Amino acid sequence: MEWETVIGLEVHAQLATQSKIFSGAATRYGAEPNTQACAIDLGYPGMLPVLNAGAVRMAVKFGLAIEAEIAPRSVFARKNYFYPDLPKGYQISQFELPIVGRGHLDVALDDGSIKRVGITRAHLEEDAGKSLHESFHGQSGIDLNRAGTPLLEIVSEPDLRSAREAVAYMKKLHALVRYLEICDGNMQEGSFRCDANVSVRPVGQAQFGTRAELKNLNSFRFVERAINYEIERQIALIEGGGTVVQETRLYDPARNETRSMRGKEEANDYRYFPDPDLLPVTVDEALRNAVRAELPELPDARRARFQAEYGLPAYDAAVLTASRELADYYEAVVAAVPDESKLAANWVMGDLAGALNKAGLEITESPVDASALAQLVRRIADGTISGRGAKTVFEGLWAGEGEVDALIDARGLRQISDTGALEAICEEVIAANPQQLAQYRAGKDKLLGFFVGQVMKATGGSANPQEVNRLLRAKLQA
Amino acid sequence: MALDADDVHAIAHLARLALDAGQVGVLAGELSQTLGLLEQINAADTAGVAPMAHPLDMTQRLRADEVTEQVDREAFLAQAPASEAGLFLVPRVLD
Amino acid sequence: MHDLTLAELAEALASRACSSEELTTHLLARIEQHDGELNSLITVDADNALAAARQADAERSAGRAGRLTGVPLIHKDIFLTAGVRTSCGSRMLKNFVPPFDATVVERCRQAGMVMLGKANMDEFAMGSSNETSYFGPVRNPWDLTRVPGGSSGGSAAAVAAGFAPVATGTDTGGSIRQPAALCGITGLKPTYGRVSRFGMIAFASSLDQAGVFARSAEDAALLLQAMAGFDPRDSTSAELAVPDYAAALTQPLAGLRIGVVDEFFGEGLDAGVAGALEAAIGVLQGLGAEVTRVHLPQLGLSVPTYYVIAPAEASSNLSRFDGVRYGYRCEAPKDLEDLYKRSRSEGFGAEVKRRIMIGTYVLSAGYYDAYYLKAQRCRRLITDDFRRAFEQVDVLVAPSAPEVAFRLGEKADDPLKMYLSDINTIAVNLAGLPGISVPAGQIQGLPVGLQLIGRHFEEARLLNVAHQFQRETDWHRQRPARFA
Repeated sequence: MEWETVIGLEVHAQLATQSKIFSGAATRYGAEPNTQACAIDLGYPGMLPVLNAGAVRMAVKFGLAIEAEIAPRSVFARKNYFYPDLPKGYQISQFELPIVGRGHLDVALDDGSIKRVGITRAHLEEDAGKSLHESFHGQSGIDLNRAGTPLLEIVSEPDLRSAREAVAYMKKLHALVRYLEICDGNMQEGSFRCDANVSVRPVGQAQFGTRAELKNLNSFRFVERAINYEIERQIALIEGGGTVVQETRLYDPARNETRSMRGKEEANDYRYFPDPDLLPVTVDEALRNAVRAELPELPDARRARFQAEYGLPAYDAAVLTASRELADYYEAVVAAVPDESKLAANWVMGDLAGALNKAGLEITESPVDASALAQLVRRIADGTISGRGAKTVFEGLWAGEGEVDALIDARGLRQISDTGALEAICEEVIAANPQQLAQYRAGKDKLLGFFVGQVMKATGGSANPQEVNRLLRAKLQA
Repeated sequence: MALDADDVHAIAHLARLALDAGQVGVLAGELSQTLGLLEQINAADTAGVAPMAHPLDMTQRLRADEVTEQVDREAFLAQAPASEAGLFLVPRVLD
Repeated sequence: MHDLTLAELAEALASRACSSEELTTHLLARIEQHDGELNSLITVDADNALAAARQADAERSAGRAGRLTGVPLIHKDIFLTAGVRTSCGSRMLKNFVPPFDATVVERCRQAGMVMLGKANMDEFAMGSSNETSYFGPVRNPWDLTRVPGGSSGGSAAAVAAGFAPVATGTDTGGSIRQPAALCGITGLKPTYGRVSRFGMIAFASSLDQAGVFARSAEDAALLLQAMAGFDPRDSTSAELAVPDYAAALTQPLAGLRIGVVDEFFGEGLDAGVAGALEAAIGVLQGLGAEVTRVHLPQLGLSVPTYYVIAPAEASSNLSRFDGVRYGYRCEAPKDLEDLYKRSRSEGFGAEVKRRIMIGTYVLSAGYYDAYYLKAQRCRRLITDDFRRAFEQVDVLVAPSAPEVAFRLGEKADDPLKMYLSDINTIAVNLAGLPGISVPAGQIQGLPVGLQLIGRHFEEARLLNVAHQFQRETDWHRQRPARFA
């Protein structure tokens, strides 16, 4: 039987606020345990939540970016359950009336097509703390620093049909929240987390199969692997005569498998009800407009503009706009060398990206800044250096050994573009190789390369190859 | 709604309350009686009446996104029944 | 000294007729001597009280005294007090020492008031007789075999017995007005949102409101003035200016429209109480008020509505008491479930557990709509009744309690009977309205309370009516003989 996979993702993005969603404690990552958990975060008796304006603005920003309806009135509810990392015995979340309603995200797939993925809703809620399992005499330690950190839970429609699509959607979402500067996107630190609802159904069947919810997917790679494992598991199960049960499954990256949490979640009855300590949140037109005015150019718009304005191919535009920082870098380079947008793109996506990747650095940490790269591009464009020479200069820039022009001189990379001087060398080379000249003129065009090589050799590699080509062609014809 | 022993156990579990075996029957009776009182609301015609969660028709005020709380961890840990290395201790949490 | 009103004491302190230290010493001695009988206080904070009194006297000498500087008071043990144990009447918090003050406590402190101690109360404010306290029942100063009412029974008994001129309380379903009535003093529950809930241990967040106990409406006005007002730490706190309550007291009542709520004077009301209230209404008429009868047709829904909503909110509010970060933890828990279940079962008393169970049930899957949501709709029906009534009249009158103080143990074993003793007060909480109880008679030596109910944020008018009533009557000046 042919099977179709149906996937919906729930992404939790930690909002990049200074303070918690309902208290004035700091949200900085990596602080000493329990040094950022104030009485409100600790669920002290008598403590009350007051909503952070920053978190609301960020949620609205996200909603506007996915062209969603922003609820004029949204409500916080309590989700009740007991767990040591949940100090109050309930999580303040949004249930029936989320702040962000239905929206969508356009995702580029492997085949180059664009798929519109529905976003059901996005709501504000507070994060929980952490249980640390290293042994304290057989006990667990609880760190509540993270408790109360604002989260935006972004729920997609079950529109995704493969692990690859799911990852493409998630990457797009990741880029978007970073573009919007509402989340740092750091997956290692848990700032951007994902749960996946996965089911399979026979191709052609309208009804969804029973889904499993996969947890602990804290990297793009794990999302893809866990979903693929789960798809195979479900198909094998059904084809073997079994049935999928609705449950929560934990992904174990070490074994690359998903494991049932043994119905632990199913016993829960969260008893959602409106939090009486908080009032309905209103977002009026004035706030929507104020946030809209703060919106940066979004990835899709920027990609289109890169194609139109810089004449870049779709692929280049997509790569360069995948992150806001990379796109900003590229535009800084192009601003300095406006006529060389494609050459600049090649360098940013090629040598620079390669070096960054190898060094494990972000674009914002690049040792070669945009103005230096622009100067390098300019020197290639004006024929001062060859492509090969440029690689040498780049290495020098990367190692911090000087400015572009100084490096060119120090390494003797300046090309001979002086037509007079080159002409003389070309003539010498032609005169020294009469046999090859005769063959060339008899139609053996390929020998052009031989002559170019001889000229390059004679100039110690410092001749401008384009210029040599042009001159030789003319002289060999004559 | 009359609650039986199973109902009482289920509710007690949700609320994380332990029950003495001997208590359950009495509690089931008391709670059923109370529910009987509460069910008087069923007599009310509430068609078209919006639920009321707050006595005042106010909306949520927002606070500026600023760090205003300095945490005195030791003061808080001193209240904890068990703590070590800056952490609150609980019997082992199993994932 | 202990017989003086707050207004009179403030006068005495201002004129240096006595010092705060003398006053405080005297009251602490009274508490020491008499509270064994009443059990109105859980914690007496004598050392800090005397230090605060000396500080207040120093402020006065330095010319920095306000009207309340040096005036002693007692806080209900539901308000967090920095460095002073705050138990909420529960074993769960019997060793809990908060690191900071509730807003109410902070404001009283800033006004220069001297806290003598923390008042006994029904556990987590759940009760109408003060018999659910882990620290034992409070007795009524008028008759030690009877209850003082609840849940703020300790505050009411302490003021009635002359341990302090004023005390704070909280009122979720009548927990200020009913004990004030049963103890023969004045008790005001302000509009929801008038006084900050920050640092006040929550019972039912959409109903809880802090208020005052005093020997007169004038005293209540003075204390409310210090406590009331917007607090940015409470999202449900109203961002409204606070009027000058004392200034409003003297307004004549001529032309005031008073509505007698018909449904409150029906069956179930003790005949003696009804008679006392008829007389009280006559006094108000004599002061020029126009009295009409009004109806609140949905009032009968208030008890069942309240006993859905309040336990639902409470079941969630009390989930934080889990034996992890503070409060009671059971001995040697064998695993996490055991820690939760035994800590909570051993830490909470029977009534608290009953309400947690009911609240958990009405919110649970399959029952939410039938109970919780339905109750929220009924809450609106009840509130709408009040709104309509206030289109016709300015103030409503009702009994504060259906009967005088009942005997200890009389209703303790019958939760339903106990719940019905709130019948006169809880509708006001559902609607978030202000209400005041003033002494309005006695039946065989036991006080009767008259309840006045106002529009949202019209505390000044209630205090005004109560004050004018108290100028014509002396019920509020009666003191229990035993504590003269």
